[in-house]
Formats: sequence, structure tokens, C-alpha cells
Amino acid sequence: MVNVPSLLEINTDLARKILTSFLREEITRTGMARGVVGLSGGVDSALACFLAVEALGPANVLAVRMPYKQSSPDSLRHAEQVIQATGVKSLTIDITPMVEPLFSQIPSIDARRKGNVMARERMIILYDQSAEFGALVIGTGNKTEIMLGYTTLYGDSACALNPLGDLYKTQVRQLSRAMGVPEAIVAKAPTADLWSGQTDEGELGFTYEDVDRLLYLLVDERYSPEECVQAGFKKAFVERVVEIVRRNQFKRVLPPIAKLSHRTVGYDFLYLRDWGT
Amino acid sequence: MIQNMMLRIALAQISTKLGDVPANLEKHLAYIRRARKAGARLVVFPELSLTGYALQDLASTVACRPVEDDPVFRPLLKASLVIDIAVGFVEEDVRNRFYISSAYLSRGEVVHVHRKVYLPTYGMFDEGRFFALGDRVQAFDTSFGRIGMLICEDFWHASPPYLLWLDGADLFLFMSSSPGRGLRTHPELDSARWVERVNRGYANLFTSFVVHTNKVGFEDGLNFWGGAMVFDPNGRQIAKGPNHEEALILAELDLNQLHRTRARLPLLRDERTALTQRELQRILAESSHTTNLR
Repeated sequence: MVNVPSLLEINTDLARKILTSFLREEITRTGMARGVVGLSGGVDSALACFLAVEALGPANVLAVRMPYKQSSPDSLRHAEQVIQATGVKSLTIDITPMVEPLFSQIPSIDARRKGNVMARERMIILYDQSAEFGALVIGTGNKTEIMLGYTTLYGDSACALNPLGDLYKTQVRQLSRAMGVPEAIVAKAPTADLWSGQTDEGELGFTYEDVDRLLYLLVDERYSPEECVQAGFKKAFVERVVEIVRRNQFKRVLPPIAKLSHRTVGYDFLYLRDWGT
Repeated sequence: MIQNMMLRIALAQISTKLGDVPANLEKHLAYIRRARKAGARLVVFPELSLTGYALQDLASTVACRPVEDDPVFRPLLKASLVIDIAVGFVEEDVRNRFYISSAYLSRGEVVHVHRKVYLPTYGMFDEGRFFALGDRVQAFDTSFGRIGMLICEDFWHASPPYLLWLDGADLFLFMSSSPGRGLRTHPELDSARWVERVNRGYANLFTSFVVHTNKVGFEDGLNFWGGAMVFDPNGRQIAKGPNHEEALILAELDLNQLHRTRARLPLLRDERTALTQRELQRILAESSHTTNLR
């Protein structure tokens, strides 16, 4: 079997340098100097916060905790550890009184829909705080969740720029340890924390370690699914992940615009966001 | 034959504002002044240094012509009265085709313009969509000796450096906007390691000086890694800029090293150009081997 774990290993000093420079340069070239991060208590947002602080300074980063009444107390506590460790400005806004009135009007709403509503409510708060604080919203989605579409569109995936989107979950953990994110946060089971005992890996049905190795071969090394099976992965697992990746492409692109004119956004009106800066 | 033995050059690894030529020009003039003050006789900028790299639809709006009355080239030509300058820009020709070009300016004149002959259009690159192909690879004379100038993807094909070598170039100026990619356990990105390996290889094979400049900074999520480098005719690295930071790097080139290296290692003397020509003609005639006859 291909020794993928070693291929997923990264030079954390280099990653740290590139990602902090990215945050600093891409925020300051817009004329701003600050960032807002939603802190869930998990490793992704903790790392995004550490990187933002190193890039911009603690006084220029606002960490926002947005618990729901059923959120695990661990989540709040772990987010507090990040706030203490980095010295960022912080704010806690309970989303329960915002989302409950909607839930109570829709008796049929299930846990998944509730989760999406909560993710989008948090997005509303972060964008509003970014206006108040004169900042950009810093994303926390990693490459694994982007590939799997394990994210709420216009919810937790919404951001102005994302330093973590090209790091697999296992690489996020490596960089987090190197940057001093508290070990309790790095080591705990990842969770969307929508109900008690929920974990990402329980919901997905596979571990991040396994799927990161597979995604690395499929995406980075351009292996065919058959080659992944030959490399030692179970056929059913490979087929399932390939299908998940394909089905979630819509979350990775802007909505298609129906082309009518000679020049249309997304097809032949092509500029980087950094246009003129 | 190169007469003047010690040559101090400056490598300007700058970040650019995407599509803002006046702002980039101002930065060029500041770096040129610094290079001149440091005693350099030549300052080399990266690919598309006046415009930024990922221009897309900006390509046609930032284009200029390397002539005396061009508002961008006028101040650069004036600055070149006291120091030679190699600069990257988008060139629009008289038929309104756009090229990724580099110009060599000296004593108030445009000595040479190279138009990029290989436009990467694959993976993350889309140059062939926006730019026309250059169709010349020529060395040119300067007061320091004969120079060959190439732009990034040009030197990922062995033939342009080889042609410049045969055309008399002893000093290669490679100008890049190389996006950083390939994060592994090494302290440098894969892309930086590949470029270093290739540059060192050319210095060794052609027993020549190889100078490489690369842009720094970000364009959206793309990072440019800088890491300017100079290799001598023995393939020894004699200067190296920092990675991911703007810098002006000075290098002392002992041009007499060409004499010493080629006395030891007469690869140029022994190069069999007629053999190359014969075999190339045969290979191209037998189209089964080579389908691409551009």
C-alpha cells in the first residue's frame, strides 16, 4: 500500500509563513487591517484564529462564540482557551433566541435543517460583526470538508478569504500542534455539535485519516478510482467518496449564470478579486 | 570575449499591484535607484513586473510598447542611462497582438525584447488564452558580454536555453512569476526546488552564469515565492534571495570564471551543432516521432 501518511506530512514552518502572509496581504490590500473568526471550539477555527492573530495582531482579530442552547459546554470552554491563548478580542452571542422562533413555526424541521439554519445564523452574525469591527470574515473550512461538501452553503462556508482550504484535516492538526493550539482541541473528535454525542466521523461513516489518504491520491496525485483500489483502499469506500466529491461540486462553484450576452460573469468576464490592488 | 571581469548585478524580487502599471513603475524606479546606489551595473526584475501576473482580461488594458515616447518606457529608458535594466511587461505589437515580454534597456535604448515563446496553458495556467506566442530566441550583446533572456516556462523546455547558448549567450537572465505550490516536509515548496534544480542544471551544462528572478506576494490565493538565485559556470550558487519576501539581492559575478571553467570543461567547444541539425532534420521529417511541428 502507498505510504500516504508520509505524503500528507507538511513543513509547518513554511505553511505558517505562507498562510500568515496570505491573511495579512490579502486583508490589507483591501484597505482593511482586521479579521473576524467564528470560534466553535474545534480545531479548524482555533487554527484560523491563531493564524489571524499572528498575521494581524490580537487587537485586530475578533473571535465570536455563537452557542446554541444544546451546544456542548466543552465547545464554549475550548473556544475560551483559544481566546485566552491568543489574547484576541472576543464576543459571545447566543443564537438560541434567533433560531428558536423559526423552529417553533416549522414543526416538521429536522436536525439537519436546524443545523443549516444555525450555521447560516452564525454567518449573519459574523458578517454583521465584520461591518461593526471593520474587518473581513476569515474562513475555517479545510480541504477535506470542501471536497466532501461537509459544510453548509452560505453558512459556515461563507467567508471573505480562507487560509485553511488547501489543508486536509490531518494537516490542519499538524499545523495546529506546531502553532500551539491546546492539545485538548486538537485531539478531540471533530463535531458539528448540533446534538449531544454527534461526531463528524460517526456521521460520515469513515475517519478523517482514511479519507484524507484517499482524497490525497484522488485529488493531488490524480489516481483513478481503480488505482486507489489497487493501492489498498476498499472498493466500496472509494466509490462512495468519489460520488460524494462529484455530488458536492455545486458547493465549490458560484451559481451558474445563464449566458445571453457576449460577455458574461463567470465565462468571459475574467478578473481576479485582487484586480487593481 | 568578456573583458571587464567583475560584474555586480541586482535582482529585484518585488511584489506588484495587479494591473496598476503606474504604481508598479514607481516601485521599479525606486528599486533601480537602490540598485544603482549599491553599485550594480544591471538590475533584473521578474516576469510581468510592470503589470502583475494573473492578468486575465486586464492583459489588453495594461499593454504598452517598448519605445521612447511610451509613457511607461520613457522614465525607464532615462533610468537606463546609468544602469542596465531588464523589465517584464505586456507588449502590444503593431497588429494588436499581446505578448508576455521582457525588455533589456541600456544607455537610454531598448537593446532587446524577448517575447515568451512557451505559454503554459494547463493546470492552474491559462496564458495561451490571453497572449500570443513569441517566435524568436536570440542572444544580444551588452557591455558585459552576450546575454540570453527567457521568461519562466521558456526555460522548462531545453531548446530555448540551448539555442541562446549556441547564439553566444554566456549570461542567462531567467525572469519568472512562479506561483508557489507543492507543500511537503521540505523548507521550500516543490516549485522552488524544481526551479533551483533546473537553473543549476543549465549553469552546469552550458558552463554559463544563470540568473533567476521571481516575483513575491499574493494574487488572490496564489503565492509567489521569490527566492532569486545566481549560479556560476561551475553550477555553484553565488547568490540567493529570501523566499516569500520582497528584496533587492546583490551578486558579484566574476566573469573570468567562464575562462577557468571552460578551460577545465570544454563542453561548448565540443558541442556538435551540425550533428544536432542533421538529427533534428531527420526527426522532424519522420513525423511519427514528433507530431508537434510548431
